[in-house]
Amino acid sequence: MAKPMRIRAKLKGDHVEAKILIQHDMETGLRKGSDGAKIPAHFIKTLTVKYEDKVVLDTVMGIAVSKDPFLSFKFKGGEKGGKLTVTWVDNSGDTRTDTTAVK
Amino acid sequence: MINRNAMKDTVENKEEVMDINVSKRNFLRLSSALGLAAFVGLYKSGDVFAAEWKESEFTADNLKAAMTSIGAEGYTMSGDVVVDSAEIAENGAVVPVRVKSAIPNTEYMAVLVEKNPNPLATAFNIPEGTEANVKTRIKMGETSNVFAVVKADGKWFAAKKEIKVTLGGCGG
Amino acid sequence: MRLIGQAILLALTMQLTVSAFADDAEDNDIYAEFLEDGNPAEFSEINGEELWKTKAGPNNVSLEQCDLGKGPGVVEGAYVELPRYFSDVNKVMDLEQRLIHCRMTLQGLTQEEATKQPFSKPGKASDIEPLVAYITAASKGMKMAVKLEHPMEKEAYEIGKKLFFHRAGSHDFGCVTCHSADNKRIRLQNLPNLLDKKQAQKVYATWPAYRLSQGEVRSMQHRLRSCIRQQRFPNPKYASDAITALTMYLAKSADGAVYAAPAIKR
Repeated sequence: MAKPMRIRAKLKGDHVEAKILIQHDMETGLRKGSDGAKIPAHFIKTLTVKYEDKVVLDTVMGIAVSKDPFLSFKFKGGEKGGKLTVTWVDNSGDTRTDTTAVK
Repeated sequence: MINRNAMKDTVENKEEVMDINVSKRNFLRLSSALGLAAFVGLYKSGDVFAAEWKESEFTADNLKAAMTSIGAEGYTMSGDVVVDSAEIAENGAVVPVRVKSAIPNTEYMAVLVEKNPNPLATAFNIPEGTEANVKTRIKMGETSNVFAVVKADGKWFAAKKEIKVTLGGCGG
Repeated sequence: MRLIGQAILLALTMQLTVSAFADDAEDNDIYAEFLEDGNPAEFSEINGEELWKTKAGPNNVSLEQCDLGKGPGVVEGAYVELPRYFSDVNKVMDLEQRLIHCRMTLQGLTQEEATKQPFSKPGKASDIEPLVAYITAASKGMKMAVKLEHPMEKEAYEIGKKLFFHRAGSHDFGCVTCHSADNKRIRLQNLPNLLDKKQAQKVYATWPAYRLSQGEVRSMQHRLRSCIRQQRFPNPKYASDAITALTMYLAKSADGAVYAAPAIKR
């Protein structure tokens, strides 16, 4: 089950600073568990960040992105109260969308 | 390389396929077509991912092949591209890196770890209005050069930084 | 001649080690700074709050009436005054002992049930570590203020101090071996000199922490258990009075520190 993200979006001058922290194992498929069997790969493949209807960051990820992925970036054209929406999809087809208002 | 047009083409072609199925009035029996219907629905609602995850980019097993797979084989090193991190990462499982580009019209940035089994770690499409400056965290199997590769106006530029990965102690 | 050569070589090596250390220490700070703005401990804090407020156990009640020392249900500022004396049990308890006590008395769990999984494992989250994350986070920004008023609090402090200096085991080791001088380290990790107030404050105020190497928030019980294991001692019993005493000594050594945990560490 996909767990909620933490999204922070803050207006600083003419741009919004976004920080995204995601709960995800990002299993490489290369590790072995305590039973000696390989733990299957489980990782986010795509992540899209939208401000209102506009895509502001568009990401692809592989197994070399750390557990509990973190992203931070800045974009212009945002306002206080505007909605920032983050959606990810992983290799199992699981997906999660969370939204926050710009502060 | 994330290719929006390629994605759109695929979806449009699939719409045609579905029309044929509908005309045969049996598409409900075809689970694949059902999946397709949901997919097309997503596309029409505007929620489609522009970022396309390409197997070949993430399975390339050396730096050169990975660069070629994203289309960056003709890159030149540039002082306007930066990979920023601590010199030493205390834990290879979590290596914070910032990649940025001062080159105008930077539309794409990728992070590659030369000595990882598959060098490409992650890549970003940078739409207009978004700063070409992204911070993230990656895994590194060992001490290695980390490359930031950017595309701007059809040209490819890169920068690299060696990040040392150490064996950790008890964690303080 | 040869001796002098060796001495010079030794002096050179020592100097090299010292300067390399200074660089590393600086670089460690950059690494830490890079990590500060996204700490997955926040997820544990959220999960812990839910655990705190969810009805559970045979009595089907939440932990919201648990008295952590500042009255039933008061979470804010509770941690900076722990460990402390609790008159209802007539003993000194640390946070985790008190949580177990509440799970038993309020929720009706047996001791075994209440301490079934003190530490998270891959794929199986502990039901105590997130509570610890939630409760400690509610003391952020407050000053460490453990009281040594009750005779049993004073006694716990003295026992903890003795344990800190006690050397034993196959390697004649004690906490004091690694933590009583400046500029020591294990591999790349700085080992704080806990006899130095500033260093003691800095380290105590940043535990519990999300351990990057383990992908979990680790509690003080887990921290001290690892220290004791590294001294080649047998594993201490979870939530034992000895660990509480040691925690009392360390907490008092950090008196006045601005509390800043759960932090993020290697």
